[in-house]
Formats: sequence, C-alpha cells, structure tokens
Amino acid sequence: MEVRKEREAASLPPTTRLHLAAAFFLPPRLTPQRVRYDRRYRTLDKYRFITWFLSLPLLVYLLFVVSPFLQAFYYSMTDWSGFSSNYTFTGFENYERLWNDDKFWDAMGNSLVLLVLAPVITLSLGLFFAYMVNAGGRQRSNETVSGVFGSRFYKIVYFFPQVLSLAIIAVIFARIYSPRSGILNEGLGAVGLDSWRQEDWLGGDLALWCVLAVLCWSFVGFYVVLFSAAMSSIPREIYEASLLDGAGRTVTFFRITFPLTWETIRTGWIYMGIQALDAFALVNVMVPEHGMDVVPTYLFEKAFRDGQAGYATAIGVALFLVTLVFSVLMMLVGRRDRIEY
Amino acid sequence: MSEQQHREAGERTGGVLNVFAHSFLVVWVILAAGPLIWVVISSLRPHADLVSDPFGLPTGLEWDNFTNAWTNADIGRYTMNSLIILAGSLTGTMLLGSMAAYVLARFTFRGNRLIHLLFVGGMMFPVFLALVPLFFILNNFGLLNTRQGLIIVYIAYSLPFTIFFLVSFFRTLPTGVQEAATLDGASHTRTFFQIMMPMAQPGLISIGIFNFLGQWNQFVLPRVLNIGDPDDAVLPQGLAALMVQQGYEGDWGALYAGVTMAMLPVLVVYITFQRQVQTGLTAGAVR
Repeated sequence: MEVRKEREAASLPPTTRLHLAAAFFLPPRLTPQRVRYDRRYRTLDKYRFITWFLSLPLLVYLLFVVSPFLQAFYYSMTDWSGFSSNYTFTGFENYERLWNDDKFWDAMGNSLVLLVLAPVITLSLGLFFAYMVNAGGRQRSNETVSGVFGSRFYKIVYFFPQVLSLAIIAVIFARIYSPRSGILNEGLGAVGLDSWRQEDWLGGDLALWCVLAVLCWSFVGFYVVLFSAAMSSIPREIYEASLLDGAGRTVTFFRITFPLTWETIRTGWIYMGIQALDAFALVNVMVPEHGMDVVPTYLFEKAFRDGQAGYATAIGVALFLVTLVFSVLMMLVGRRDRIEY
Repeated sequence: MSEQQHREAGERTGGVLNVFAHSFLVVWVILAAGPLIWVVISSLRPHADLVSDPFGLPTGLEWDNFTNAWTNADIGRYTMNSLIILAGSLTGTMLLGSMAAYVLARFTFRGNRLIHLLFVGGMMFPVFLALVPLFFILNNFGLLNTRQGLIIVYIAYSLPFTIFFLVSFFRTLPTGVQEAATLDGASHTRTFFQIMMPMAQPGLISIGIFNFLGQWNQFVLPRVLNIGDPDDAVLPQGLAALMVQQGYEGDWGALYAGVTMAMLPVLVVYITFQRQVQTGLTAGAVR
C-alpha cells in the first residue's frame, strides 16, 4: 500500500507535486482548483488536517512535558549544581548517596506513611458517609433503601474543601494548629483537655499526623460525592432482593454495595495515593522550615535551596519509582472481574 | 414473621440508623465547614480580639481588614495575576486539548495509537520528576518568571488528562453527523469548530471546570517557576507569602480577610454550579 503510493508520487509531473506540496501548507480555501479536483486531494486534505491540528499540542507537550521527564533521568546521573552549565557524568553516585542519606529516608518514611494511611482513612470515611447519605434514611414503605433527608446539602458542604487550593487550606490549618491563639489548642483548653495542648504541633514529631489529618479532611468530601454516584447507579432490584432474603444494612453494605462499587474504590485509591505522595503544598506552607519533610519537599529544598539539581532529580526518579510500584500493585491486587449490571 | 411485623422491624432499625446516620453526617458538616466559617468570622474581627479570644464573635465589623488585605497585602494584584494567567491557560488547554483529542479519536492514521499513548502516559509521571529540568528549560527560553511561561506550562501539564478525557468523549459522538457535514462540503476544520465542538459541549464543560479549578488552585508550578518578583505571584502563592508576612507584622485579621477573599468567590461559584462542578471534578478519578 505504502509502496504503491510512493510510486504514484514519484511518477507525478513535478509541477503537480509542487502543487500538492504547496496545498499541504495552505488552508483549504486557498488551495488551487487544480489540486482540489485531483483524486488524491481527499487524502491530502485529511493528512493536512491531522498534521495541523496535532502539531501544536504535540510540540508543546514534547517540549515541556516529555523532554523534562527524559532529561530528569539523565541529570540524575550527573553532579550538576543547577547554578552553572558545567557538570560531569557520575553514573550511579547520586543513587548511592541517596541510599545512605538519612534525611531522604526520613522524608521517604513520612511519604510512605501518608501513602498507606491517607487512602485507607479517607476512603473509609468517604464510603461510610456516602452509604449513610444514600442508604441511612428512614425506611419508607415503597422503598428498600432511601437516602437521608438533605442528602444534597451534605454532599454540597462536604465538597467545600475540594474546590479550594491546597495552599489556602494549608494557610487556614497553619493558623488552626498555631500555638499562638490557634483554635486547636484553645479548643482543647475549652473542653478541659489542657494536657493535650501542644507547644508546637507542626514543628515536632506530631507534624506528620497533623499533615495526614488535613490531607484526609480535604479529600473526604470528594470521595463522598464519587461513591454516592457509584452507589446510586446500583439497581434497586438488587437491594430489594437482598432485603427479601433478610439481609440487614450492614450485610447489605458488605455483600452488595462494597463489591459493586469496588471498581470506583480502586481507582479512587490510586488517585488518593498519588495525592498523598504529593502533599507538597501542605508541608511547604504549613510546616516551618527544618521541620518534617516529605519526598517532594526534600526534592524542592535540594534543587532550589541547596543547589544540587542532579541529586534532586535522583530523588525525583525515586519518587517516580514509588508511584509506579504503588499504581502497578494496586492494579494487580484489586483486579477482579467487572460486574455488569 | 408476618409482613406487618417485618415492616415494623424495618422501620425501627431504619429509624435508629437514621438518627445514627444524621448525627455522624452533622458532625462532619461541622468539621468540613467549621474551619471555613471560622475564617470568615475572624476576618471581621480586629487583631487584638483574635489573640485574646480566637473563638469570639465580631463585636463590630472590622472592614479595615479587607482594605488592608486588598491594598497593602496585594491580594487584589495576586487575583489579577491569577485571572490573566488563567484566561490564557484555560483557553489554550481547551483549544489544544480538544484539537488533539478530536484528531486522535476520529481519524485513523499511522502513529495514532502511539501519540495517544504518549499523551495519556503523561498522567503516570509525578510532576516533581520533571520539575528541575523544566525550570532550566524555561530559563533557556527566557520564559522563567513570566506569565507566558506559566501559561504554556499549565497548558502542557493539563493536556494528558484533557486529551484522555476528550478522546473517549469524542468517540461516543455519532459518526453520521461528521460524514453528513463532509458531504455538504464542510472542511475538516469547519466540521470541528461548528459541528463537533457544540456536540461535545457537556464533555467540554466537565473538563473545563476540572482544568479551571486545577489551574486556579495550582501551587507547585508557580512556587518553582514564578519566583522572580513577589508582585507577580498568583493567588495561592500570595496567600502563603501573606501568612509569613502577617506572622511578622502580627495582623491575623488581614490574613483571614485575604483568605476569605480568595475563598468566597470560588465557593459561591461552586454552590451555583454545584452539580457541574461535582461531576467535573470527580471525572478526575474515573480514569
């Protein structure tokens, strides 16, 4: 096929070929009549359209997304500082240093705690509230499961944090956790838990749990809405059948709702894990300097404060590997037959 | 168990569960909205009151906080910066994204699947991996610390998901209309802009909202790529800087006023279009 086309092209008179070539770069209305009535014009028209529509997005994408990703792998094997254009290739030296870098492992440990706990907590709360919203209502005689009164109101309010920037959320919570007239300490004092008050929530070991709490807080509403949509697409007949068989709400949840929303839960899990591995805005804004680190903030400090661009990209590669392993694991572990209904 | 009994039992458990459900749901309403309401209330109180009693209600209305935040702390300027950048980046993302998605969804040609995979694969990579090289690429192009630079980077990093979403959307549209347009002599470009784009409107709105909020709330990219002049900061950056500044100056009222001004417009828009916003944002997790 391809060969024949080439042969045809080769046998064309040079003027026609010139015309066709010119037409490729002209908009349709400026295309010469002779070319427009040529039988090859339709193919040319199609490829002209494809090329013009695809070239700009592709160019932007290659230049600003693909090329930095590829460069990152190369720079991670250099001793580049980032300040000058001189660097030498050092092989796996950065990775060796990474392996022995205690601060990196601290940051990685924190990131992994977030990666494991944030999805579990957030998705459990999300599922719980979504089920309450959708099936916790007073039972009416003609319905097997019914949503609570005001379910739309709940979903609207729960979703609030999701439309705000994580940076704004971090600013708000930095004030809440603040030892100087922050409302967490004041609130603990007000209910008589003075011993729970902390001099410094965000500066010490508690910082990780504070970040985890904010991370979960800001994403629960998102999952309530997501799971609500998934739950309301489960046909009522299934619920009716289970009720006739004598199943209570708890059994219904674990035997019906949970398996039927599993696909959504799994994709949601991956999405939340990726958010937890980020956590940059929260830690960068909330936590004071030299406090706790997660991998992205540690990378940021190495690259843009300490002038170790090569080493920072090695950290980036490590982060990428963790993301990759996590996603692949989740895809494999959670695999089960899709249930059609 | 007779039917009557059965129903009564059902109603009773339903009733208990109902109370149980409502109490938990109300607790989370307080947890989710409480901090935001507290910020709004605090924005109307003078600094001295905030220090002595953070939970109190405003005694008078301290509008000075808002004027302070708007002019002295430059919230107005940051909002303008964000708006200008968003105008460019959102238009660009939607235009480039739908162009590429349409071609990939509706035309067969060599390399179609490869290009599609290339775009979609971008979703797998954490942005932090690219951050350092990206910084120097922008520097080499002279785009570092400029609005154009930020706009083009926003576009580039929004493309993978936008294209992924729109390709599957364009594929669901009927092919007949496209063929009819071609038979009537419409060019491909015209078919795209006048026929396919209006038909894809629901999908475009969803992904548009997704990108709008994602780019408006973006913090990582400007934190790294827009660090030249503090006056050029976008809104989330500006608020983070304001927090540090007000910490030194000791004026929490102005900080809360700034946060309120950044927060309320988004919340009002969200409440107005809540259904579209919810579907638009949850589209992000349905990969």
